[in-house]
Amino acid sequence: MSERRPVLAVIGAGPAGLAAALAAAARGVRVMLVDSAAEAGGQFYRQPARGLGARRPEALHHRWRTWERLRAGLDAHLGAGRVTHLTDHHVWCVERDSDRLVVHSLLGPQQTESVAVRADAVLLATGAYEKVLPFPGWTLPGVVTAGGAQALLKGGLALSGGTAVVAGTGPLLLPVATGLAAAGARVVALVESAGPKSLARSARAWAAAPAKLAEGAELAARLALRRVPVMARQVVLEAHGVDRLESVTVAALDGAGRPAPGSRRQLSCDTLAVGHGLLPHTDLADGLGCRLDGPGVWVDAEQRTDVPGVWAAGETTGVGGATLSLAEGHIAGRSAAARLTGRVPDPDGWAPAARARDRLRTFFTALDAAYAAQPVRWAEQVTDETVVCRCEEVPAGAVRDAVGALGAGDLRTVKLLTRAGMGWCQGRMCEPGVAGVAGCALIPARRLLARPVPLGVLADPAEPPAAP
Amino acid sequence: MNPLRLVRARPGVPFTVTFDDREIEALPGQTLAAALWSGGVTAWRTTRGAGRPRGVFCGIGVCFDCLVTVDGRPGLRACLVPAAPGAVVRSQSGSGHDE
Ligand SMILES: Cc1cc2nc3c(=O)[nH]c(=O)nc-3n(C[C@H](O)[C@H](O)[C@H](O)COP(=O)(O)OP(=O)(O)OC[C@H]3O[C@@H](n4cnc5c(N)ncnc54)[C@H](O)[C@@H]3O)c2cc1C
Ligand code: FES
Repeated sequence: MSERRPVLAVIGAGPAGLAAALAAAARGVRVMLVDSAAEAGGQFYRQPARGLGARRPEALHHRWRTWERLRAGLDAHLGAGRVTHLTDHHVWCVERDSDRLVVHSLLGPQQTESVAVRADAVLLATGAYEKVLPFPGWTLPGVVTAGGAQALLKGGLALSGGTAVVAGTGPLLLPVATGLAAAGARVVALVESAGPKSLARSARAWAAAPAKLAEGAELAARLALRRVPVMARQVVLEAHGVDRLESVTVAALDGAGRPAPGSRRQLSCDTLAVGHGLLPHTDLADGLGCRLDGPGVWVDAEQRTDVPGVWAAGETTGVGGATLSLAEGHIAGRSAAARLTGRVPDPDGWAPAARARDRLRTFFTALDAAYAAQPVRWAEQVTDETVVCRCEEVPAGAVRDAVGALGAGDLRTVKLLTRAGMGWCQGRMCEPGVAGVAGCALIPARRLLARPVPLGVLADPAEPPAAP
Repeated sequence: MNPLRLVRARPGVPFTVTFDDREIEALPGQTLAAALWSGGVTAWRTTRGAGRPRGVFCGIGVCFDCLVTVDGRPGLRACLVPAAPGAVVRSQSGSGHDE
């Protein structure tokens, strides 16, 4: 046996990956923290780029103290050489190599060069991306995902135009609307398809997570302060404009989830930030053959996947916000460190994190149910001409033909007949929309590569250096 | 209020990139998408099929709507590429390899 410290590759430097890296590094493991971004933080703690010289970056954030603690912990471990942070590394595949694993990454924004590192175990903390359901006009420039608007603002201090509508459903819309308003956009409305009653009905769940309730209340208060009207149980039916967004049509929903007659009105805006929840990034887990549980990666109480040597934490395993990601990351890091150093993991040691995890999972399950409590028949509003697959420009009519005239019964057949989901993004943006329009179940596609990879790299992937 | 004032930013010296022969101001650290978006440019590519305009959509490298040609290299995601002084940015049509 060699004397070397075991190596854990943590993929993703968001709340989950950072918590995991700190927990593992403190317990005798060498951590390779691999992330595609130039800075640590992930989506929640995305910071203005250094060159922007922000002296009060916390103005765009919540729970800044937690970030300061994570950052200080990371710096200490980096200084002591226990953690190596590989930035601008886009991991495209994790491969088993006898008893170890090899993590392959494409470098920088150019993504033509690949490097490989070897590890004894990997921890997937790759987070989530936004789900957007299609509607007429959603491909117009000026329409962005809610998280995308937030990312441009937090990372690049960029606002486009001056008049925004924030729309869709889910808890992310609140911080996005307050962020845009604080940064000087006129937020004409926050249009949320869930109804106020269904949210109130989940009061029991809210009570289980008082900190979350306070955060929600605080955000709501800030919206009120900036006079942003919250239009509950309403939807954006259509975005209008020729070469860019000029306005949106909003309508109230009736009890059956259809636009109520006479409720349509048009709102002028140059930006529409829209989102319908988040979907976990599972492609690296797919490539490794990990079992999924619904849309996320299945994990046990120690955050282990069903593939030996592979842990997962944070929104990769299911969407539930930054605090839950921190708790899961902490548990995963401790479990991995124990197992890699030949100790028996001690769940008593992470009991507070486990309690937080269980409470927050319960909370988010109830919250999801509350947001989904009333139907929204959005697919009926998608006209045949509406593009549903943005990359391949497949209109809804083609998907309906595939199901109707051609008899496709599942998402895979629809994809083969229409090319929906075969473009650059590999169906990440269109899968839920195509499934909804086709009336098929949404089965997550198994993607073997997490990034489009140049053929030269595929033909001759980089070899990891011999040691460690 | 603007985003820079909100976080009391003291950015490094601004520079320009050319975008389809006009000058767009960028701040150090911004991605091309952030610079174009703050400069009021929302579209920088047309699609292969219908030739429809597109720009940034997901903002985090997932959707590939923001493809752009930089210094002659097509197909880069503007939301991932940092703006560099003097970069020659062109809006892209089709797959970017058609011209
Ligand atoms: C665009 C966006 C904006 C959001 N903004 C907010 C917000 O303002 N407030 C809020 O409460 N919640 C926000 N969320 C929700 C957010 O996902 C969670 O609250 C939290 O950040 C999840 O933590 P995580 O560690 O699981 O993942 P993340 O924070 O998403 O971190 C994942 C990390 O993995 C990296 N990564 C992913 N795939 C790869 C790969 N193949 N190779 C290398 N690196 C990879 C990413 O670069 C990222 O740094 C946002 C989500 C999205 C998608
Ligand atoms: S905006 Fe989606 S990849 Fe750049």
